[in-house]
Amino acid sequence: MNADVGIDVGTELPEQVVRITRADLVRYAGASGDFNPIHWNERVAREVGLPGVIAHGMFTMALAGRAVTAWTGDPAALLEYQVRFGRPVVVPDDEDGAELTVRGRVAALLDGGRARVDLTVTSAGEKVLSLARVVVRLP
Amino acid sequence: MALDRELVGRSYPPSAVYEVGRAKIAEFATAVGALDPVHLDVDAARAAGHPDVIAPPTFAIVVSLEAAFVVLSDPEVGLDYSRVVHGEQKFVHHRPIRAGDRLVATTTIDAARSVAGNDLLTARVELVGEDGDAVCTAISMLVARGVS
Repeated sequence: MNADVGIDVGTELPEQVVRITRADLVRYAGASGDFNPIHWNERVAREVGLPGVIAHGMFTMALAGRAVTAWTGDPAALLEYQVRFGRPVVVPDDEDGAELTVRGRVAALLDGGRARVDLTVTSAGEKVLSLARVVVRLP
Repeated sequence: MALDRELVGRSYPPSAVYEVGRAKIAEFATAVGALDPVHLDVDAARAAGHPDVIAPPTFAIVVSLEAAFVVLSDPEVGLDYSRVVHGEQKFVHHRPIRAGDRLVATTTIDAARSVAGNDLLTARVELVGEDGDAVCTAISMLVARGVS
């Protein structure tokens, strides 16, 4: 237990729900430089066997990381971050887009005032990232 | 094409310098909804002890993924680019990336194996500042799906 901040193994982070629309994918493509058409072109996405346009895995990773930075209040406290891209987030061509739900739980307290947080990231009831782990410096 | 294990340990020449700008950090932060003032406002960043605005934690991919892709253009690796998907990603931040950084990326193949007809290649990209200070280690696992 980290007595100063009341954080222990099992402490849960506030759940975050993020909406992803096609416009968000276009904006991320420009910002990241990843212009793969499967992230904005329905025809190309279907041609390669996808159910439709999907979010960039790195966009999902960035959004999921916000649950941790919102919790610590300090983006610089996120020391390590890893994910496995398990299942694509399909983003329909409508106003609502896709919904991403991010839950986090402190899995271990580490030396040097750090903690490991494990994330569970789902969309349409399915896990989209696996082995999503963050090492943070605790406040 | 099955990956050759002898590729493990292979390093590529350092990339050209990537100059990190405030506007690019703001653009990326806004795109991922990271609206913390340390990404957007120099005064807020300085008040938090940073020399300039800092990048959100996954910004390193802007520099590192292109660097990792040098392995795909290596004829001895022989991965079919059109079949490559991003399997895993890891960042180890030695310090936050900040505006004004002049980053150089050096890529090394950490692992290469074939599993069930798929080729799995792990590229480690070390991002260092101009003074050679370690900034971020970005590890990308790329999967070239086998022809089914």
